[in-house]
Amino acid sequence: MTFRAKARLAGLVSALAILAACGSGESAETKAGSIDPQTFTDSLHAVMSADRTIYTQRVVNRLQNELNVIRASEHFVEDRALPLPAQMFRFGSEMVAERTDKFAYQLLSLWPINRQNAPRTDVERRGLQFVAANPGQNFYGEEELGGRRYFTAVYADSAVAPACVSCHNEHRDTPRSDFEMGDVMGGVVIRVPLS
Amino acid sequence: MAARGANRRLWLLWTVLTLAMFGVAGAIMAHGGPRNLLLIGKTTDAHHQIELACDACHTRAFGGREAIEAACRDCHQDELDRIDDSHPVAKFRDPRNADRLQRLDAMQCLSCHVEHNPGVTREMAVTLPEDFCSACHEDIGEERPTHRGLEFATCANAGCHNFHDNQALHEDFLEQHVGEAWLRQAPRLSVTAWRPPPGLTERLVRPARAPDAPPSIPLGAHVVGEWLGSAHAEAGVNCSGCHQPDGADPRNAASWIERPGLTQCATCHIAEAQGFTSGRHGMRLAEGMTIEWGGPFGLFRDRVLSPMRPELARLPMRADAHGRELTCNSCHGQHDFDVQRARVEACLSCHADEHSLAYRHSPHEALRRAELAGRATPGTGVTCATCHMPRHVTRRPNGVERLAVEHNQSANLRPNEKMVRSVCLDCHGLGFTFDALADRNLINRNFAGRPSARIQTLEWVETRMRRRGEP
Repeated sequence: MTFRAKARLAGLVSALAILAACGSGESAETKAGSIDPQTFTDSLHAVMSADRTIYTQRVVNRLQNELNVIRASEHFVEDRALPLPAQMFRFGSEMVAERTDKFAYQLLSLWPINRQNAPRTDVERRGLQFVAANPGQNFYGEEELGGRRYFTAVYADSAVAPACVSCHNEHRDTPRSDFEMGDVMGGVVIRVPLS
Repeated sequence: MAARGANRRLWLLWTVLTLAMFGVAGAIMAHGGPRNLLLIGKTTDAHHQIELACDACHTRAFGGREAIEAACRDCHQDELDRIDDSHPVAKFRDPRNADRLQRLDAMQCLSCHVEHNPGVTREMAVTLPEDFCSACHEDIGEERPTHRGLEFATCANAGCHNFHDNQALHEDFLEQHVGEAWLRQAPRLSVTAWRPPPGLTERLVRPARAPDAPPSIPLGAHVVGEWLGSAHAEAGVNCSGCHQPDGADPRNAASWIERPGLTQCATCHIAEAQGFTSGRHGMRLAEGMTIEWGGPFGLFRDRVLSPMRPELARLPMRADAHGRELTCNSCHGQHDFDVQRARVEACLSCHADEHSLAYRHSPHEALRRAELAGRATPGTGVTCATCHMPRHVTRRPNGVERLAVEHNQSANLRPNEKMVRSVCLDCHGLGFTFDALADRNLINRNFAGRPSARIQTLEWVETRMRRRGEP
């Protein structure tokens, strides 16, 4: 082989090697054994829901409503009280947001006490309406936000303790005051980026 | 031919001069020197004292916005956490806020607070138009009937909202204080009632009775006298405590520090030193305020900013205070550590603005005179420190309570509603407090007189309560 031919061959091999190396840094979806978005969000929701339910039932409801030891309050520092279950949930959501952008979650409602927690996107609105109208079912969709595509899952958030119902019904800013135990009061929205 | 030669020489001259200019600028940036040449306009009132310490904010060359943002958080994040920031970065990370962030990137300090922009800088070093809240809260009129028709330029008015600190302004708090009189039944600073936890009043140290300075150090009788009557002597802190940190020993005479400074005070008074260097009294002495760096072969030395001096301030200061350096001793004296003097006379030895000068014949000062003369209950007198450097109960790391003085005089002032909960409410009702803190003229007269206007905040809260049928 002439020197020129050898040089061309070397160049071709190097280029192929570089391309192969680039190709190995692919996203999780294409690797063997990766998790599909729906299983991912279902699993996350199982953990979130369990943690919050336990906090609501065994900490807030028991200490505030049954034993009268301490109350739960939105201004828990100055009132020397327990954080509200929704606050515990939101603090977790904010801490997660600081640590990773692989997923994000929010607690939203069609009847929010704080208007900032009302649905803002079409998928959120349809999801919250769906889970309220179809007890026991979840809502899955996709949307584009800020130039990225997301898989968005909405899970029903129900009144699991009397504390939920009484506080929301009586709050000065609540748009709805006829909640009952077991009612869907809102939804957990979990988003996973698709790219 | 001659013309072309002259042209070439001109080109050469311009090239050399340009390179020299860049070289000088680069040397100033890298090493130090006349850095005021690099300043591009008046800096904010908050930062003008440290404007020559470029690296305090521009922490890395070519670091971009991230480097500056990191510097903002380095100094200011603690306070934001402490006041439970209403708009923390964490609130905006969710993708559902992507459209809002495009209108106003609330995850960056620099979106709203840009230095070196005197033409557009407002209060609190904000460089956005007053109505920026409308970027996200355009529909507030639908949610709050009381807010329908209000202009967005009034969101941050006194007694209303603040982007970061709403501790005195949330509705639960306001409801508790509707209908209060301007003065409480028994006005008194609540911190006066604090007592140390039992068990701590036992003497853990023996008072110092004789100075332990090395014999070679001449001691003035008045110096020893002042020290013997001070809290330091009571607590067993001897000369060596401040002047010979390596320990009292006649052989150590060479290690005697003639004028101990912030570093020595900070070995024990850590929290106070941190507060001092966080505010405008001591920010020039904070860490990282190097303005010149040492060069190779010891040609140049590191140089940090000197302590603040009254003539460098933008507030009016007394002419006879010019040249005095502002350190711990400026307010606390050198050996007597007179706390009463630190509360008023120390302040007035430098500050000469309207509000300070008006203190002398103000209602608050009358209360102080009465308290000092024994004619009034302890805790009813109001000094400069009462409002601007208040005492508060804090907890040590081991959980034990102690009384501390806030040494960051800016902590209560941005905005001045921060004073409401830590100071004013001890004696006054909330409505009166809002009215007074909103009245610039009344503040300038040091509260001699009554507020001129009513702030509507509590009336709106009362209206909502009545609509719900609450008393």
